[in-house]
Formats: sequence, structure tokens, C-alpha cells
Amino acid sequence: MIEILMILLCAGILISGILAVRLESMVGAVVSAGLASLFAAVTYVILAAPDVAMTEASIGSGLSTVIFLYAIRKTRGED
Amino acid sequence: MPRSGREPVCASARRYARPQRRATVFDARTGNVNPMLKRLFIFFTLILVAAIFSDVALNYSEHTELSRLAQHYASKGPEELGAANLVTSVVVTYRGLDTLGEVTVLFISAAGVGLMLRRRKHPDTVVPARKPASELVETAARLLMPMVFVFGVYVFANGHLTPGGGFQGGAIIASGVLLLLLAMPQAQLSHRLIGFTESLSGFSYVVVGVLGIVLAGGFLDNRILPLGSFGSLFSAGAIPIIYVFVGLKVGSELSAVVDRFRSDESKPEL
Repeated sequence: MIEILMILLCAGILISGILAVRLESMVGAVVSAGLASLFAAVTYVILAAPDVAMTEASIGSGLSTVIFLYAIRKTRGED
Repeated sequence: MPRSGREPVCASARRYARPQRRATVFDARTGNVNPMLKRLFIFFTLILVAAIFSDVALNYSEHTELSRLAQHYASKGPEELGAANLVTSVVVTYRGLDTLGEVTVLFISAAGVGLMLRRRKHPDTVVPARKPASELVETAARLLMPMVFVFGVYVFANGHLTPGGGFQGGAIIASGVLLLLLAMPQAQLSHRLIGFTESLSGFSYVVVGVLGIVLAGGFLDNRILPLGSFGSLFSAGAIPIIYVFVGLKVGSELSAVVDRFRSDESKPEL
């Protein structure tokens, strides 16, 4: 059971990472990068590292996503 | 679409200049690297990386016991430092210098953001009127914000007992500030308060570390205070104090970064 969950989560990390690189829309890419962090955070919880998971969830998928979004808005029109 | 070297770019006038340009490895004018060379470089890098990681993957065996250092931390850590969360005693005490370095890195990056995205000098430039947040966001923020802040303080004050600590608590507080800024677009953060909190907590962190040299075994030794009873809130010596400072420092730095990225829609002045 836990193995299946882990495989799904790792597939989620991979897919959202690939999407973050390949997506045309900047906002979509940023959101899927945040999604990759979120999946990673769940894997850390399963691997018994809640301290790392908290950091990953709050900084990786929370603050850095928002900072990227602000940066996109600041530089809109220039790629 | 990446342009291969073969196809003519556009005008016939350029065609005479092309042959010598194609032979160069690096074109300083356009900044293009020869595509063939680039591909070769990527190929060899991939082979190198594969060689390194194949060794790791082929000789992988699961560790059945801890290394000697980890064994020492796991068996002696709780009685030496009195922290129920072993991760914290490693992060704050055994590897306390690393944490100080991390906090410094964060400080430098926050200072860099502050420098690059500084506001205009003139105080009379109007802050552009922002669209007010929707009622949903505002109401939810009003309900959630106190909880987020209290949870952040809880996470760093209980860093020696439960998972979490200064960094995590600080990040949670910063996300509370972010929620505040999203819900009330007209709100202005007091940069004086943030700067004061940041520098005071950074200074106190180092002072606590130096006190460790004077009163206990070394820099950032937590035994300058009594260890207390194992597992209670006031235990583990100076670890809770250090974590409160780290939490305040990280929280104020990340809030300042978020605020700088948000502040006025205009592009950064260069």
C-alpha cells in the first residue's frame, strides 16, 4: 500500500517537474514547480522526516511560488 | 524554435558573412554557442553524470545500522542536551555553526532583494491604488491570520519538542504576513520594525553563541541554562531561546522579501 503511494507521489514529482520545464505559460510552470515541492513534502512525511517536510511545504511550495508569481508580474511582457 | 546552422536566416545580404560565422565556437555578437559543440558538451556531461550515479545505483545497499557519529547523536544526544526532538539538538547545537551560516545566507539574500528592488527615494510618489481584495479573501484572512501567527510561534517555540523549529516557524509567520498583504493590499509593512526585529534577533543569536564559549563547552553550546526536565517546554537549555531568535529573524527576513517583491507594480529602477 505504502509502496504504491510512494510510486504515485514520485511519479507526481516527476510529471510536475517536467511540466514546469515544458509548459508554455509562465504561471502554469510556476504552479507546477510548486506542485512538485508539495509532492516532495508528502514524500518526506512518509519517509519520517517531518522537519524537512515542513520546510519544503512552507518555503518550496508556499513562499517561493508566490515570489515567482510576483516576479512574473513585475517583468510582464519581457520573457 | 532553435535555429540550426544550415538554414539561411533571412536577407541575402547576410549570406556572405555567414560561412566564417558558422565556424566560430562562440559568437560574441549574438551570444550563441556553436550548436554542434553544445550538443557534444551536453552529451559528455550526461555520460559523466551517468557514470557517477551508476556506481551509486549499482552498489546500493540499505544501511542496517547507523554510522558511528549518528549512533553517538542518537544515544547520547538526549542526555547531553536534553532536547526531545533529536533533529533540533543536531541542528542547533552539534551543527549550530551551520545554522548560523544558513541564517546568514538568508540575511544576505534578503539584503540583496532589498537592494535590487528598492523603492523610489521621493516620498511624494503616490502609492498606486490597488484593487481591494475580494470579500472572501478578506474574511478568510481575518479568521486565519491569528491562527497562522500563533501556529508559527508554536512551531518555533516547541522546536526542541516537536518537529519544526526556527526556520519552519519563521516561514509560517512569513506566509501569515503574505496572507495579510494579499487581503489588505493597501497595508504597508513597517520596515523599521522588521529591520529592528531582524538585527536584534541576529545579534542576540550570536551573543547566546558567545555565552556558550564563556559559560559552557563552546560556541553555541546550549548548556548555559539548566537542561530542565526532559520533554517540558522550558528544557534543553538555550535551544528554545536560540530557536525563538532564529524564528523571528527568518520570519522578518522572508516577510521583507515578500513585501519587496509585492511593493508597487512598477518595474524595479535600475
